Amino acid sequence: MAHIVKMQGMNKYFGSLHVLKDIELTVESGEVVVIIGASGSGKSTLIRCVNGLEEFESGQLTVDNRSLAPRGGNQRSLSAIRKEVGMVFQQFNLFPHLTVKRNIMLAPIKVKSTREADAEKTALRLLDRVGIGNQAEKYPSQLSGGQQQRVAIARALAMEPRLMLFDEPTSALDPEMIGEVLDVMRELAKEGMTMMVVTHEMGFAREVADRVIYIHEGQIVEQGQPDAVFDNPQNERTQAFLSRVLSH
Amino acid sequence: MEFQFEFDWQAAINSLPFLLKGIPYTLLISFGGLAIGFVLGILFGLLSLNKHRALKWPATAYIEVFRGTPILVQVLFIFYGLPDIIGAPIHPLVAGIAAIALNSGAYISEVVRGGVQSIDRGQTEAGLSLGLSRSQTFWAIIWPQAFRRMIPPLGNQAIVSIKDTSLFSVIGVGELVRQGQVYIANTFTAFEVYFAVAVLYLIITLSLSLVLRFFERRGLGSA
Repeated sequence: MAHIVKMQGMNKYFGSLHVLKDIELTVESGEVVVIIGASGSGKSTLIRCVNGLEEFESGQLTVDNRSLAPRGGNQRSLSAIRKEVGMVFQQFNLFPHLTVKRNIMLAPIKVKSTREADAEKTALRLLDRVGIGNQAEKYPSQLSGGQQQRVAIARALAMEPRLMLFDEPTSALDPEMIGEVLDVMRELAKEGMTMMVVTHEMGFAREVADRVIYIHEGQIVEQGQPDAVFDNPQNERTQAFLSRVLSH
Repeated sequence: MEFQFEFDWQAAINSLPFLLKGIPYTLLISFGGLAIGFVLGILFGLLSLNKHRALKWPATAYIEVFRGTPILVQVLFIFYGLPDIIGAPIHPLVAGIAAIALNSGAYISEVVRGGVQSIDRGQTEAGLSLGLSRSQTFWAIIWPQAFRRMIPPLGNQAIVSIKDTSLFSVIGVGELVRQGQVYIANTFTAFEVYFAVAVLYLIITLSLSLVLRFFERRGLGSA
């Protein structure tokens, strides 16, 4: 299988803080990779590097056969990558001045010059797919958190991305709404979408992930199939982390 | 001789036709100046948000100079001072509009800067992550939201500028106050006429407030 993301010896600093240390990571097309770790471990920063929302200081990053150089790199490969990579944020980041439908139509119209009518058709189809086809004309503030996050997923899908990044997509949600968002993500995974997911939902990770990666203080400490990582973690830091989050 | 004063309504009413001749000038200077000031404000406000020092510096200088000096001095400088340099007289209307434009432009720059900065970073990140360019992200996502938040302070600035035009009586523009002064010089009814002048300003500013409130209410769906 062809790899879609490849990180080689990637390092990132926030000032003097070394947040990503010699990251080596390859994501295959069609793979679902779930990244876990304590808050502040660098897991969000890692996936934010993939679409250039964060710059890195050294190493190599290739996304969809386009390389992103350290410190910003070139604008053309960056915008090419962003067209191919969708992102879902913890805080949804929907556009509050646009209706739900317009939120989804904006990027195809602006970036791909899709015709208005076609963009609308796609938007309505995607809204149906995430289970809120009847909310198209509402504004984001009129929806629940779970609905807003599903709109955000639909908005990213409208660009027909080859890779979806999820940055703690359920962390800002009330507990009763987490399920509906995870259901949509589960469906996406089943349909073969390549996904990198940062999450604290260990049940989701175990069930949906092809591979689980544990990050500790900016380093990939352990990775493998979910059952292996969750049931038989090799690294003592992974063991400590899992015993903290899995203890019921 | 006894001191007795009665408000002479008739005198106030009689002055109105003469005073009203000043209103077109007051409105022309106010809104002409504000329109240019708005353009200057967007331009310098956006420049002041720029990362590059070379672009940011002129904006900061402009804002500090025109916010830090009195508008009366500015208009006197333009009307009496500048002709010495350019070698031609400046029409008082032009001087008035220029003063309002430059002065309000400095304040509006700050309104624009504050409005844009008040929008959450996540909005920019969402736009960029969808593949929009920086300028597309700004004009389609950030600006419409920022502008909505800018309406109340912009209205405030418009009202301040309308009242500032009263200072331009000193350069002989026949605006509202100047008309009042001329009328009083012939009739000696200062109390009544200035009262009428004040009421006319109030009518202009209150109408503007009403219009602005209407626009603010229409802002459905804003965060």
